[in-house]
Amino acid sequence: MNLNAILPYVLPVLFALVIVALLPLVAGYIVLVERKVMADMQVRLGPMRVGPHGLLQPIADAVKLLLKEDIIPESADRLLFWGAPLISVTAAMLALAALPIGPFFQIADLNIGLLYILGISSLGIFGIVLGGWASNSHYSLMGALRSAAQLVSYETSAGMAIVGALLLAGTLSTRGIVQEQADTGWWFIFVAPVGFFIYLVASIAETNRAPFDMPEAESELVAGYMTEYSGFRWALYFLAEYTNMVVVASIATTLFLGGWLRPFANTRVFNFLDYFPLLLMLWVAGYCFRRTPKQPVQVQKMFMATVGLLCLAMAAVLTAPLIAPAGSLLASAKPGIHGAFWFLFKVAAYIYVFMWLRFTFPRYRFDQLMRLGWQFLVPLSIVNVMMIAVALALHRQLGWPNWITLPLGIVLTLIAGAYLLATGEKHEHPRVGEEEEQQEEEMPVNA
Amino acid sequence: MADRYNNFGGGSGGVNVETTVLGADEIILNMGPQHPSTHGVLRVKLRLDGEKVVGSECVIGYLHRGVEKIAEHRSYQQFAPYVDRMDYVAAVSNGLGYCEAVEKLMQVEAPPRARVIRTILTELQRIASHLFWLGTHALDIGALTPLFYCLREREEILKIFEKYCGARLTTHAFRIGGLQYEAYDELEKDVERFCKDFDKRIDEYEALLTENRIWVGRTKGIGILTAKDAIAMGVTGPVLRASGVQWDIRKAMPYAAYDQYEFSIPTGKNGDTYDRYLVRLEEMRQSRRICLQGIENIPAGPILGKVGKVLKPPPGEVYHSIEAPKGELGYYIVSDGTTQPYRVRIRPPSLINLEALDQMIRGHLVADVVAVIGTLDIVLGEVDR
Repeated sequence: MNLNAILPYVLPVLFALVIVALLPLVAGYIVLVERKVMADMQVRLGPMRVGPHGLLQPIADAVKLLLKEDIIPESADRLLFWGAPLISVTAAMLALAALPIGPFFQIADLNIGLLYILGISSLGIFGIVLGGWASNSHYSLMGALRSAAQLVSYETSAGMAIVGALLLAGTLSTRGIVQEQADTGWWFIFVAPVGFFIYLVASIAETNRAPFDMPEAESELVAGYMTEYSGFRWALYFLAEYTNMVVVASIATTLFLGGWLRPFANTRVFNFLDYFPLLLMLWVAGYCFRRTPKQPVQVQKMFMATVGLLCLAMAAVLTAPLIAPAGSLLASAKPGIHGAFWFLFKVAAYIYVFMWLRFTFPRYRFDQLMRLGWQFLVPLSIVNVMMIAVALALHRQLGWPNWITLPLGIVLTLIAGAYLLATGEKHEHPRVGEEEEQQEEEMPVNA
Repeated sequence: MADRYNNFGGGSGGVNVETTVLGADEIILNMGPQHPSTHGVLRVKLRLDGEKVVGSECVIGYLHRGVEKIAEHRSYQQFAPYVDRMDYVAAVSNGLGYCEAVEKLMQVEAPPRARVIRTILTELQRIASHLFWLGTHALDIGALTPLFYCLREREEILKIFEKYCGARLTTHAFRIGGLQYEAYDELEKDVERFCKDFDKRIDEYEALLTENRIWVGRTKGIGILTAKDAIAMGVTGPVLRASGVQWDIRKAMPYAAYDQYEFSIPTGKNGDTYDRYLVRLEEMRQSRRICLQGIENIPAGPILGKVGKVLKPPPGEVYHSIEAPKGELGYYIVSDGTTQPYRVRIRPPSLINLEALDQMIRGHLVADVVAVIGTLDIVLGEVDR
C-alpha cells in the first residue's frame, strides 16, 4: 500500500487528534489572554505570579480543577448531571471538524459543511438545559431556561446571517466559501456588512458572552446552569464555552473574513504582507528574550526563553516557504502554513472583539435581550437575506453590475434597521407587571 | 418579635413570603446571604412568577454586632472607633456624626480650623463612598470595567486619609471636640491634585455609562420611588433626592463648616434607578466643589476645643444628624451624667432606605432586583450594626 492511498485516511485522524489534544490548552490560554486583556482595560496587571507574566496560570488552574473533590448534589439527577457537560463539550468539539484552518489543515471538507456545523453546535444547548435541570436548584433551572430561550432565538438570526453569505458563495462547503472569496477578491464582510454585524451580535449571544451572558449572569444567578457544578465537570462546561467561542469565530472568519486568505490576497502590491506573520513572531520572540533576564526565578527564565524559542521556530516555519525555490515542496506548502496563520490570526482578532465588548458594556436584561433578538435582529436578518437575494438576482438575471446592486441592498437594509430601531424604542416596558395588572382589573370576575 | 422580623420589608400591603400560599406557577428564590450582589450578607426571599417578582422579604441581622449595646459599656471616646465599623465605606462621615453629637451633648464647639478640615475630609469620604457605589452598582448590572476606574480614584482618597491619620478604611479621623491630628503639610496640595484629576475622571465614567443604551435600558424606569412614598417611608439621602425632594441636611441644618460653602443639591425627577445614578454623579461633582472651596482657606488656630481627658456630659439627651453619603445618619444619645452613655440609638440611613426595596422591586424581573439593591447603596454593616 503506498503512502498516497492511505494519506487521506490518516491525515484527518491526525488532525482530529491534534485538535482534541490542543483544544483544552488553547481554551486555557484564551482564558489567560482574556484576563490579561481585561486587566489591560482595567488599569491593572492581571495574573503575574504563576510563570512569567502569568503564562503558566492556565496549567495551574487546570491542575487545581482536576484535583478538586467531585461533588454531585444529593438531590441531583446523577446520570444527567454526569452526562450533561459531556454533551456540551462533545458538540463543541465536533463542530471544529468541518472548519478549514488553512487550505490544507481540515479534518473533513463536507459538501454540507455549514449545515453540519450549525446542527452539531446547536446540540450543545442540550448540555446546558439538561445540566441546569439535573442540578435541581432554582438558580440552575433559571439559568438553563434562559439559556434555552436565548440560544434558540439567536440561532435564528445567526442562521439568517449565514444564509446571506451562502447566497453569495453559492455553496455549503466551508472550503468552497473561502474559495469563492478568493476568486472574487472581496471578503463577504465588505459585500454583506450587515450580515456580518448580525452574526457578530448573534454569535456573542450564542456563546453566552457578555453583554448577553444571561444564563450565567453572575450578579443575578450566581453562575446560572453551572451553579452546582465544580471541579472537572465545571471545567468541561468551561471548555465547551471557550471551544464554542473558537467555533463561532472560525465560522465568522470562514464566512465573512476570507478564511485563510491574506488581506489583499490577489493584489501584488500588497505581497509584502507575506512577511507580516514572521515579523510578528520575531517581535514576540524578541520581547520574550528581552524579558528573560528580568524574571526573578530560574524556572521562569527558562520558560520565558522557551516561549521565545518556540516563536523563533514558528518564524522559521513561516519563513521557509517564502525563501524556498519556486516549485519545491516547501514553496508549495506556503498556502497551507501561511493560510493557517492568517486563519488563526483572524479568529484571535474576532475573539478579541468579544472580550472588548464584554469589558465595555453592561449586561442586557433577559426581556430586553429577547426583544432585541426577535424585534430587531431577526427582522433585520430576514431583510438582509432578501436584499442580498434581490441584488444577486438583479446581477445575474438582468445583468446589473455588482457594484450597484450590492451597495443598494446594503443601504436598503440599513434603512430597514434604522426603522426597526426607531419603532423598537416605543415597546420598552420597564415594569412587566403593570400592564397585566391593569388587564386583570378590567376583566370581569366570575366567582 | 419574630412577627416583626417576618413582616419586615413587606411595606404597605406587603406579601409575607412564607405565610402566603404559593400560586401554581410561583417559586421562592432565596437570594443571599451568600450571593455575589446582595452587597454583603443581605438575604432576600423572592416570590417569583417566572422571573417576575410578586413579593419579597428582606432578612437582615447576619452582621449584627450590637454596636448600640457596646456603647453602653464604653466611655464616650472609647466608643468613637466603633462607629467607623458601621458604614465602613464611609467611616469618616460616621465619626463626624458621632463626635458632633457628643459635642452637642457637652455643649462644646470644635474650633474653626477643625471644622473646615472635618468638612474637607467628610466630602472626600462622600466621593469615595459614591465611587464605591458606582463601581459595584455597575458591576451588578454587568459592566465590569467602571469598578476598577472607581477604585483607582478611591485609592487616591484613601491615600490622603492614610497620610492624615494612618488608617485607610476605619479611620477614626476625628476626636470629640475637634481633630485627633493636625493636618499634614501637603494636605491642601493633595486634595487639590485629586480634585483637578477627578473632574476628567467623572467624565470618563459618564462616557462609559450615561448614554449607553444598555445602561439606560437597565436603569430607566426601574425601581421607581415617588416623592410621596419616599417621604412616607423615611427614605433619605440621594435616594430621596432622586425622587425630586430637595432635602439635604447640609443645607437644612448646617453642621461642620457647610454654611460657609457654596454648593447645590442635585435632584431627580422620576425617582428611578437612572435618576439616582445621575444624582450621585452630580453629588460627587458638588463634593469636589466643596473640597476646592475648603482648601482655599483653612483657618489657623487650635484643632481641639475645650474638652477634658475624661468626658462627663451633663445628664440629658441629644439627637444630632448629618448628611452621610447614604442619607441621614442620626445619633440619639442619652447621658446619665457618668462617663459612659446610658443609651445610644443610631439611625442608619441604609436600614431605612432598605425598607423601600419591596415596593421598588415588585413587578420587576430578578435582574432588576440586583439593580435596585445596588441603587439603594446599602452597607450591611450599617443595616445590622
